[in-house]
Amino acid sequence: MPKKFLSTLLWLAICIGGASAIGGIAIHRGESINAIWFVAAAICTYLVAYRFYSAWICARVLTLDDTRATPAERFNNGRDFVPTNRWVTFGHHFAAIAGPGPLIGPTLAMQFGYLPGTLWILAGSVLGGCVQDMVILFCSTRRDGRSLGQMARDELGLIGGWAAMVGAMLIMVILIAVLGLVIVNAMKHSPWATSTVLGTIPVAMLIGIYMHGIRPGRVLEGSLIGIALLLVCVVGGGWVDHNESLRGLFDWSGEAVAGFVMLYGFAAATLPVWLLLAPRDYLSTFLKLGVVFMLAVSILFLAPEMKMPALTQFIDGSGPIFKGSLFPFVFITIACGAVSGFHSLVASGTTPKLLSNERDIRLIGYGSMALESLVAIMAVIAACVLDPGVYFAINSPAGVVGAEAAAAVATISSWGFPVTVEQMEMLAREVGEQTLFARTGGAPSLAVGMATIFSNTFGSTLLSMWYHFAIMFEVLFILTTLDAGTRVGRFMLQDMLKHVWKPMANLSSYPATVLSSGIFVAAWGYFLWQGVKDPLGGVNILWPLFGIANQLLAGIALTVATGILIKMRKARYAWVTGVPLAWLAIVCTSAAFEKVLSSNPAIGFLSGAAQMQQQLLAGALPPERAAVAPQLIIGQQIDAALALFFALVLWVVIIEMLRMSLRMRKGKSVLPLSESGYIRTRLEPAVAILAD
Amino acid sequence: MIPGNPFKRFWQFLRQVTGDDAYERYRAHHAKVHPQGSHCSEVLLSRQQFFKLRQDEKWSRVSRCC
Repeated sequence: MPKKFLSTLLWLAICIGGASAIGGIAIHRGESINAIWFVAAAICTYLVAYRFYSAWICARVLTLDDTRATPAERFNNGRDFVPTNRWVTFGHHFAAIAGPGPLIGPTLAMQFGYLPGTLWILAGSVLGGCVQDMVILFCSTRRDGRSLGQMARDELGLIGGWAAMVGAMLIMVILIAVLGLVIVNAMKHSPWATSTVLGTIPVAMLIGIYMHGIRPGRVLEGSLIGIALLLVCVVGGGWVDHNESLRGLFDWSGEAVAGFVMLYGFAAATLPVWLLLAPRDYLSTFLKLGVVFMLAVSILFLAPEMKMPALTQFIDGSGPIFKGSLFPFVFITIACGAVSGFHSLVASGTTPKLLSNERDIRLIGYGSMALESLVAIMAVIAACVLDPGVYFAINSPAGVVGAEAAAAVATISSWGFPVTVEQMEMLAREVGEQTLFARTGGAPSLAVGMATIFSNTFGSTLLSMWYHFAIMFEVLFILTTLDAGTRVGRFMLQDMLKHVWKPMANLSSYPATVLSSGIFVAAWGYFLWQGVKDPLGGVNILWPLFGIANQLLAGIALTVATGILIKMRKARYAWVTGVPLAWLAIVCTSAAFEKVLSSNPAIGFLSGAAQMQQQLLAGALPPERAAVAPQLIIGQQIDAALALFFALVLWVVIIEMLRMSLRMRKGKSVLPLSESGYIRTRLEPAVAILAD
Repeated sequence: MIPGNPFKRFWQFLRQVTGDDAYERYRAHHAKVHPQGSHCSEVLLSRQQFFKLRQDEKWSRVSRCC
């Protein structure tokens, strides 16, 4: 009994600790607050939710069965279906779901102050995101590792299936466009960043050739050599930056970087994967895990003070980084890190083919997302350790605060966030940039935040090295998402186009590859171009669109999950996925409507287009803006159509699910549950814990 | 538990999680399922073939998020 007593006592302490940390954050109103409170609140929340809520879901709702053979065991081919150690699978799954989203989204959302974002990251993850990832992983595991689109078709019917497929492809288009924009804003007019990133491409190819031809499959040694070469690239970039004749070569405009990104995406989608995509992914995964770990250690070691207020005046919707009020836009901006629909594609892809036992679903589905959410909390901390004035100066587009440094600091200081031109110039010099004003997109301000934390912890005063290391790290793994996404998008497109024209189905045909890659790159390239040309920096348009798309995909995943729970005769527990679904449906729909219909031209796409049209007709635009205005007007109208379409797709899937549940209730026939039959596992329990 | 000292276990974990030892594990699996001389023996892939196939499979699905 004393053991049980001790454990009860321990969990009681964790609960109380977490509750007081959250309470402390919520009611604290002072100059600054220590970041340790955030770490403590987050970790206690995840521990309690994992220990109690996820355990309850697994036992009562999903009724995981550890005697049931998983697809990995039944189809074991030693290649993609392989029963794998749970911690190894955890590592794979976490590496796959952790992308730039949970770093960028929270950085942008800090314009509301730290409180709303932090609360949504904590509540959204443990009640929504983690549940979604875990339940979808469960559903796919019980269906031989089938994809979300296929499950939607099998369980909800053709309409649901098509909606899921089209939704998944469109979110890919918007995701890649917005990530491309982040890269553009981090690299433009920065010779150091541009030359470093360009250097990483031959490094990746070299490692690709090494791991393919010279020492096939020696992942560890290849990656170690690669990481060393990447660090050389960062230092080399600094050397280029200091060389007067060379730096001009790498001082690119936004348009030039955008062109490069598109060319790069096309190349990576058409070249063999072993040459560029796969080796760069190894490098960026190592770098990502390393940086996240370093950031966690330094935050704990440094215990920095957070200078952002709990709430800012921008919750009314007048924010400089993106327009729109707290509801619904904080929930749209922080998509990844709280609930990310994209995860459902991974949880119904590679991961179920590695699970050696059903009971691992809890750790891998729920646990990895909790860890991802912790990464988002660290991004919150990195954004808030900056002086708010500096944060707003970096992230506010010139169209809002003015293109001149003096005008920008005057505007930002007038909001109550004092900052000076000298301060910004000194910071820019320290990090090796020409300017830090209006570097929108989140990546530069995150890099300044991380560089500040790293240089203080590791005792080095070389802020510029840390800054460009952080930029290289962000760009590198955004590029991985970008080209992996272009490649998968091309496959999805070919899969759809084959219904129109048969030969498109041939994945290895060269013309079909070039044509479909071209179409897909053109699709995201269009939105990227629009973002680069937009006077408000593009983030204001593209990031909310991406957030809506991501939450739409999460909505589809949760709908499929809810439908499956109802079919499993677990309707009384359907709220587990139904409540997050309802919330996302509300958020998604209201955000889509505001983005389409709002009469504020900075929020509503249609009124934005109308306003620009008026200015154009009245001749009120300067010539260089007037030249691109017609394209921007059409662009905003397309954005409006897309936002409406997203909301529509979500509701089609929800209605299909509700229709199916009603039919079931009335005792009418519905599509049968597509779960594969029970086969008893023959793996030794020891094997289940550690693969042979 | 994996036998051996903690350092060795960590090394094994690292090799598994990165996929460094994937080919060795595939070969062991192959030897167990398709013993030499059995009539339905599937051809054993070479190291290079195995990695190329695995990478092509991995990157034709969504395997990285936002």
